[in-house]
Amino acid sequence: MAKMKGAQILVEALKREGVKHLFGYPGGAVLPTFDVLYDSDIDFILTRHEQGAAHAADGYARASGRVGVCIATSGPGATNLVTGIATAYMDSVPVVAITGQVKTSLIGNDAFQEADVTGITRPITKQNYLVKDAKELARVIKEAFYIASTGRPGPVLVDLPVDVQLQEVEFEWPEKVSLPGYKPEVRPNPAQIKQAAIAIAESRRPVLYVGGGVVISGASQQVRELAEKCQIPVTTTLMALGAFPTRHPLSLGMLGMHGTGYANHAVMDADLIIAVGARFDDRVTGRLDTFAPYAKVVHIDIDPSSISKNIPVDIAVIGDAKEVLKELIEIVEKPDTEQWLSRIEEWKREFPLTYKDDPNSIKPQYVVQKLSELTNGEAIISTEVGQNQMWAAQYYEYNYPRQFISSGGLGTMGFGLPAAIGAKVGAPDRVVIDIAGDGSIQMNVQELMTAVERNIDVKVVILNNNFLGMVRQWQELFYNRRYSATPIKGPDFVKLAEAYGAKGIRVVRKEDVVPSLKEALDTPGVVLVDIAVEPEENVFPMVPAGGTINKMIMGMA
Amino acid sequence: MRHVISVLVENKFGVLAKIAGLFSARGYNIDSLAVGETEVPEFSRMTVVVKGDDRIIDQVKKQLNKVIEVIEVEDLVLGKYVERDLALVKVKYIGENKAKVDDIIDRYHLEIADIDGDSVILQLVGEEHFIESAIEELSDIGIQKMVRTGTIALDKEGTDA
Repeated sequence: MAKMKGAQILVEALKREGVKHLFGYPGGAVLPTFDVLYDSDIDFILTRHEQGAAHAADGYARASGRVGVCIATSGPGATNLVTGIATAYMDSVPVVAITGQVKTSLIGNDAFQEADVTGITRPITKQNYLVKDAKELARVIKEAFYIASTGRPGPVLVDLPVDVQLQEVEFEWPEKVSLPGYKPEVRPNPAQIKQAAIAIAESRRPVLYVGGGVVISGASQQVRELAEKCQIPVTTTLMALGAFPTRHPLSLGMLGMHGTGYANHAVMDADLIIAVGARFDDRVTGRLDTFAPYAKVVHIDIDPSSISKNIPVDIAVIGDAKEVLKELIEIVEKPDTEQWLSRIEEWKREFPLTYKDDPNSIKPQYVVQKLSELTNGEAIISTEVGQNQMWAAQYYEYNYPRQFISSGGLGTMGFGLPAAIGAKVGAPDRVVIDIAGDGSIQMNVQELMTAVERNIDVKVVILNNNFLGMVRQWQELFYNRRYSATPIKGPDFVKLAEAYGAKGIRVVRKEDVVPSLKEALDTPGVVLVDIAVEPEENVFPMVPAGGTINKMIMGMA
Repeated sequence: MRHVISVLVENKFGVLAKIAGLFSARGYNIDSLAVGETEVPEFSRMTVVVKGDDRIIDQVKKQLNKVIEVIEVEDLVLGKYVERDLALVKVKYIGENKAKVDDIIDRYHLEIADIDGDSVILQLVGEEHFIESAIEELSDIGIQKMVRTGTIALDKEGTDA
């Protein structure tokens, strides 16, 4: 067999793993690989910052369900990926990150552009590798994709010294991976499923609490079947928005810190919580010792370490959400939830998700609502982090899984635009919109150039309040309105968009919101809409951090 | 409660760092950690001694199992097992000390690893409480320098605990 260079093996292995698009940035320690990519049919997308490449790979994975891949050089290239890798890790997103490394003889010598990247990324990757011999490379890449995409997915990093990229060895593609300590395929235990079914049949006030695992597993249909068969209301986490249609009569919307009043009341009064692919994180539970005091907890999750981590679980079912739910649906008997559902209807009337509209100013919620109407609830929405993210979560009516792309666990500002670019590459037929704040957008605004250059048709809607709004909201409520470092100036975003070659639209009057959004959606190519919203609008309901989740600040609503 | 957790891992680059990092990142305190090759050269066995309530130990085991290179995690205190620590203790071995040290050597059946000039290095092998009791008596005489390994442990029946 003819010998191949490490770089050729890498690119060949990527192709065999079905990689069509690669996001990244070149540099000294990846020159041999970029030389091979030059002739390859893999579509390389040059971002303007490595962080953008990591988030784009992440957005690609979230929108498409396939593994997203990014590449950067050693040292600063690799460390610039770190925030993106941590973001993907916290939200269980399958990403493979490839980094160049200084040549093996220089490792540990504080060489130019050297950093201990496997050391740095060890706590934020599902697995990582430093490949010191090109003979291992094909196997490592195969393992990387397998580990990233199976079980509870997550990012895998492969660190590749420049001399290994040049080393010539025979290419041998392994038939299968051999990882004696890694068993992602778990057959759910039928006895546990039976117990869960009994608990459901005996319950009178059940709630389905659905998380990102349902999206990853592709179990939306099963969630719907179970909910409808048993007449159980469904609340979703931020990560699962779209996994259950917002308009479904059994939908409670999102729960937790900025969840709906009715979702939080239902959870607190429930006698059974059926958690599916969710992890009881602190933004959901609030104060742990007062969370859901009457509820028995059934927890369905593929990751055993999620079980009883925060909340003691009565019945644990380890396995893939879709498989478990399929089996559960077959044997479960419908509980009597009639009274419970009418109680929930009362809460829906008593605590509707609403805001005080104003004819003289633009409310950010209004913008998101109009966007939802204009796109018929069908667009892929990415978000930045903060108020923009919460309003996008609350007021857009999601219908499908993989429609809402947001940094939930890590809460990474600057995520939305590069993630939107990745999402559009992964789902080219969908309308993709980044709902941004004027603070967050400035963290990775350089990626406008990436989108324009490659004609990746994303729209950016900035809810511009001239504040770091969520932090300002906390200062207003808990720090006596002392707005320390939260007023923030932005550039002229229209000029900025134009400078990058995009279209920019500025909106300052309420009556211009709908026509401008329409214009943006009807204009092919990258469009940025900068909307001057009510500066001191708050996200409500709100549960103060560490509070009990039915003790909400409702605002005016 | 004290738990002795035996972890079979693939003998690969970075595994020890990963497991040590797992403990520090989640704020678990390790009493000791010992690692060495097994009868199969590709595998190493770690013995981790950790104290904590059931919930913490449950998480420790689950987090260890999540590490790709970890093949098996056993909590040995749930079954029958043998454990040993090793300590080397240097004490003065002259004058009136000599008789006192000899007495401790006798009572604890210690071995002398080395005698050099005025000092002796004692080799202490046994369970943790044995070592600690011997060290306590030796420290009354005056320990010059000492080193300890972590606990190593093996289940008796070869069954998973």
